Amino acid sequence: MAERRVIPLSRPEPPNAEPGIAISGLHLSRSGRALLRGVSLTLGHTGITALLGPNGAGKSLLLRAIAGIIPPDAGEINLAPRLAHPALVFQKPVLLRRSARANLAHALKLAGVPRAARPARISDLLEQCDLTALAASPARSLSGGEQQRLAMARALAGDPALLLLDEPTASLDPKATAAIEAITLRAAGRGVKVILVTHDRAQAERLAGDVVFLHKGRAVEHAPAPRFFSTPASAEAQAYLEGRLIL
Amino acid sequence: MSAFREAIAEAAGLIVRADADFLEIVALSAQVTGLAVLIACAIGFPLGALLAVGRFRGRGALSLAVSAAMGLPPVVVGLVLYMLLSRAGPLGVLGLLYTPTAMVIAQVVLVTPIIAALTRQVVEDLDAEYSETLRALRATRAQAMGTLLWEARPALVTAALAGLGRAMAEVGAVMIVGGNIDHLTRVMTTAIALETSRGELALALALGIVLLVASLAINAALMGLRQRIGEPAHG
Ligand SMILES: Nc1ncnc2c1ncn2[C@@H]1O[C@H](COP(=O)(O)OP(=O)(O)O)[C@@H](O)[C@H]1O
Ligand SMILES: [Mg+2]
Repeated sequence: MAERRVIPLSRPEPPNAEPGIAISGLHLSRSGRALLRGVSLTLGHTGITALLGPNGAGKSLLLRAIAGIIPPDAGEINLAPRLAHPALVFQKPVLLRRSARANLAHALKLAGVPRAARPARISDLLEQCDLTALAASPARSLSGGEQQRLAMARALAGDPALLLLDEPTASLDPKATAAIEAITLRAAGRGVKVILVTHDRAQAERLAGDVVFLHKGRAVEHAPAPRFFSTPASAEAQAYLEGRLIL
Repeated sequence: MSAFREAIAEAAGLIVRADADFLEIVALSAQVTGLAVLIACAIGFPLGALLAVGRFRGRGALSLAVSAAMGLPPVVVGLVLYMLLSRAGPLGVLGLLYTPTAMVIAQVVLVTPIIAALTRQVVEDLDAEYSETLRALRATRAQAMGTLLWEARPALVTAALAGLGRAMAEVGAVMIVGGNIDHLTRVMTTAIALETSRGELALALALGIVLLVASLAINAALMGLRQRIGEPAHG
């Protein structure tokens, strides 16, 4: 909690500034089922936004749509130019069957970083994610927490201004979770906009400046984190926070 | 019975003495087969990856054609190539009929579909695992293909070995387009067929032993590799 105050939750922006992320009327169906049903949202240029909601609410789909890896059926997602190249981290990292270092080298190559600049960037990323001692280890032999730290390092390789995290700590123990949270907070502290899907209410309270509550493919509530957790406006969010099963 | 025993003794002699004719045939076999498999890999790996993750018209048809080509009867491949390469054929001017080059071409035709089909399967499986991650890293389709091929390398070695096994054991096509000419296009399989039909069992046996050992070695390597691929954390 104490750490949160260190993070600028919303940088002072000039009045009438363009939003960082503007989503309007987003629809997505698969095999006849409407999975996202008119999501409209406006998010800032910086800070950590938590995306909460019950299983199957469409959180992962929304995140992938923002990442641009699934095209929506209708609606628009407008990213400020600064945020145009988001990075994405999944609950289960898929690492290449190479060393940790080589995984980062590969990501840097895809990000178009010139070969000569890569070694320094790799050292920096390994350092940031506390992986320096594991640089030469085969990525697939690392522990779950180490693999996810490497996935975070890989996501940061392209120096993204928007970081999309899909339940990055859902399979991790508390210590590994704390490491991922620290990396996330440091990135946010540098001005990286973060959208964090989480099931962990306490994590959202620790990290997020604002909360979007998604239910059955709709964004039913978007509020500053303290207000969301103390006095949720929607019945769905109230039920969710009270731990009642909502369907 | 004693004729057989004599032949076996003579075959052993050929191998132990490293008989020149015997070695020449083994060497030509190795060259033709090795070169054919290299070329088949150079075509089959990217073709397989393209069939797995490419987005282009006719992909389904091409995929089907490659699968069907896996079962091509070698003698038919030989016959068609013969017609193409013979003096009267459209490629007759190249003068390739009855040369080792023609044999390489025949084996490439036979082996490329096997390697491409196996590659397609492996890359498809890997793509299911990697595609979201690669898209999130904004890999182009070509970069994704390259990454998947590199990740698939242990399985690609097995594909190449499977191709090597087929090429080495093949007799019908190389017989037709190579002509089984002594000191020029005689390889292990065609020599065995000829020598056996002539009742000259010693050379046939000696070559048969080499062929057998080579194919056992290939299969052992395949089994070893399969085990390694089965392990979760290789490389
Ligand atoms: N490709 C797909 N085809 C059909 N249904 C899908 C597909 N992807 C996700 N869904 C469904 O969409 C709903 C929302 O999925 P998801 O965004 O993963 O939920 P969550 O909020 O738990 O992350 C789920 O009911 C899921 O089964
Ligand atoms: Mg999800």
